[in-house]
Amino acid sequence: MTAQCITEIGSGVDDAARLAARGVTVGYGGRTVIDDLHVAIPPGVITTIIGPNGCGKSTLLRTLTRLLKPVKGSVVLDGEDIVKLRTRDVAKKLGLLPQAPVAPEGLTVSDLVARGRHPHQSWLRQWSSDDAAVVERALAMTGVSELADRPVDSLSGGQRQRVWISMTLAQGTDLLLLDEPTTYLDLAHAIDVLDLVDDLHESGCTVVMVLHDLNLATRYSDNLIVMREGAIQAQGHPRDVITAELLHEAFGLQAKVIDDPVGDRPLIVPIGRTHVRLGQLGPSKS
Amino acid sequence: MNGAEVKPSVAPGVRLGGHVSFVWRPWIVCVTLLLAAATFLVFCLSISIGDFPIGLSRVIATIFGRGEQVDEFVVMDLRMPRALAGLVVGIALGVSGAITQSVARNPLASPDILGITGGAGAVAVFLVTVSGGTATAVVSTVGLSAAAVAGGLGTGLLVYFLAWRRGIDGFRLILIGISVSAVMEAITTWLLVRADINDVARAQTWLVGSLDNRSWDEVRVALWCSLVLLAVVACAAFQFKPMHLGDEVAAGLGVRYSRVRALLLLCAVLLAAVAVGAAGPVPFVALVAPQVAMRLTRYPTPPMVASGLVGALLLIGSDLTARTMLPVSLPVGVVTAAIGGPFLVYLLVRANRR
Repeated sequence: MTAQCITEIGSGVDDAARLAARGVTVGYGGRTVIDDLHVAIPPGVITTIIGPNGCGKSTLLRTLTRLLKPVKGSVVLDGEDIVKLRTRDVAKKLGLLPQAPVAPEGLTVSDLVARGRHPHQSWLRQWSSDDAAVVERALAMTGVSELADRPVDSLSGGQRQRVWISMTLAQGTDLLLLDEPTTYLDLAHAIDVLDLVDDLHESGCTVVMVLHDLNLATRYSDNLIVMREGAIQAQGHPRDVITAELLHEAFGLQAKVIDDPVGDRPLIVPIGRTHVRLGQLGPSKS
Repeated sequence: MNGAEVKPSVAPGVRLGGHVSFVWRPWIVCVTLLLAAATFLVFCLSISIGDFPIGLSRVIATIFGRGEQVDEFVVMDLRMPRALAGLVVGIALGVSGAITQSVARNPLASPDILGITGGAGAVAVFLVTVSGGTATAVVSTVGLSAAAVAGGLGTGLLVYFLAWRRGIDGFRLILIGISVSAVMEAITTWLLVRADINDVARAQTWLVGSLDNRSWDEVRVALWCSLVLLAVVACAAFQFKPMHLGDEVAAGLGVRYSRVRALLLLCAVLLAAVAVGAAGPVPFVALVAPQVAMRLTRYPTPPMVASGLVGALLLIGSDLTARTMLPVSLPVGVVTAAIGGPFLVYLLVRANRR
């Protein structure tokens, strides 16, 4: 089963460039994290933001989703300033999955996914047959249909993350922003979730995510944004971006970049102080 | 539960013509209707029982305006204010607790623990003791309620602003609430120690929480205030639904969460304050009612309507118990404390095991 984006029935699919930050400056209470940053998210591909801890990658994602309000500059969604749009209208265009969300104890999978329909509902119109159809599709796409009656807290980490992505899909947007969707997942479950994300991208979704694992980011993205100290260090296809020099500059990491034996992307082999055969140490050892 | 075996069991919807549609949850609807029926029954029982017992059927007939002249006076003038006060205060406390527990995402966050009832109590006691005889006339009626409302609102705002740090965190809200609560209780104790012994006696009865000697005037004020507040809560409840998933998820779903939360917390504080104004700080009802309602409806978050009904059931039931089954007639707060204390222990033990 291949997952797809659910776009609103009847609405034309708009695949023009969707989301951009224009000269944004963002900070938390006086401390500036990002200063005058420009970035455009290309449509129809997976863009992954990477960078060392505290470089502002989550802050950038949160700014793009209007969770954080920039001090200066603006975020533009479909040609309009995101702060001027009604928050419900933004929610109809842009799906957001925060890092490690928690569901109330006992909430069932289908009830959680059904909450994704909220932007399309109103006080009087709380549940229509459209809603039911979209929720069923969202459950099927993420492969959690058979879990529909189970409480979310009884699931494994990987299943749980699938359910949350399912909720974001039920929102009916083709622009998904995922903040570290593989946090707390073991490698097998992380791959499982990222395969799902790739299925969504294949069906036409634009995906922006933050990932910690560089090799997973390289494998699954078409566009990498490498950040360091609140600024963009490099941006582009992993094949063009990932080099030993960049990894050293952005992360202070000694690494060897080789061809991925199973994929068409580079593979990063980190070099630490120990457990490395002599002669393999990089030339720029400090 | 709903027989959808083949397809994933997404809750079925009910269409009421046009664009009006709701999720159909038979179990919750049944439980809520049963609770409503039980509340009505206890409400009528509370009117029926007394020094001059009146049969249940006669009470119901009188309420609907088809009773005899003899019953009219006892039912409508003498006993109705007390029963109605129990109903209004119970619903207000239940809904208030459901809101605070939902906002804090913590079963311990109730108006008692957040210091709202404590603040209302302190201000009311201040009025009773310090103003003394001079303002007795005002104090005895609506003045005391108004003071309690002001005290509750003031304390609620104080806790909210002290707990605010780039947003509201449930746990911090509870910790600040407990501290402010302690300060308010200290103030109350200090006022009682300094006060005239007659004032202390009056203040004490009020402080335990009691439905004795309610007048129509007091009840009418509480009733209208509660109705307005409940209407606001009902309107905002739809926007509130995604907030059980956390602020950021709610924001992603198009909810302006800080605005909705501030509005609902304000309603919760005012509801609790109105309840305290009408019956004194009746303990534990706001804490227990939403939790009982959650377990009865098997719903993962405190259901508003059911919480209100359980609150009313609990309060009128406790009042009835206090009046009839115990050898001495006690204020209702003694009974709710006796039920609520062990329940709080149960919640704490359960929370610790997780």
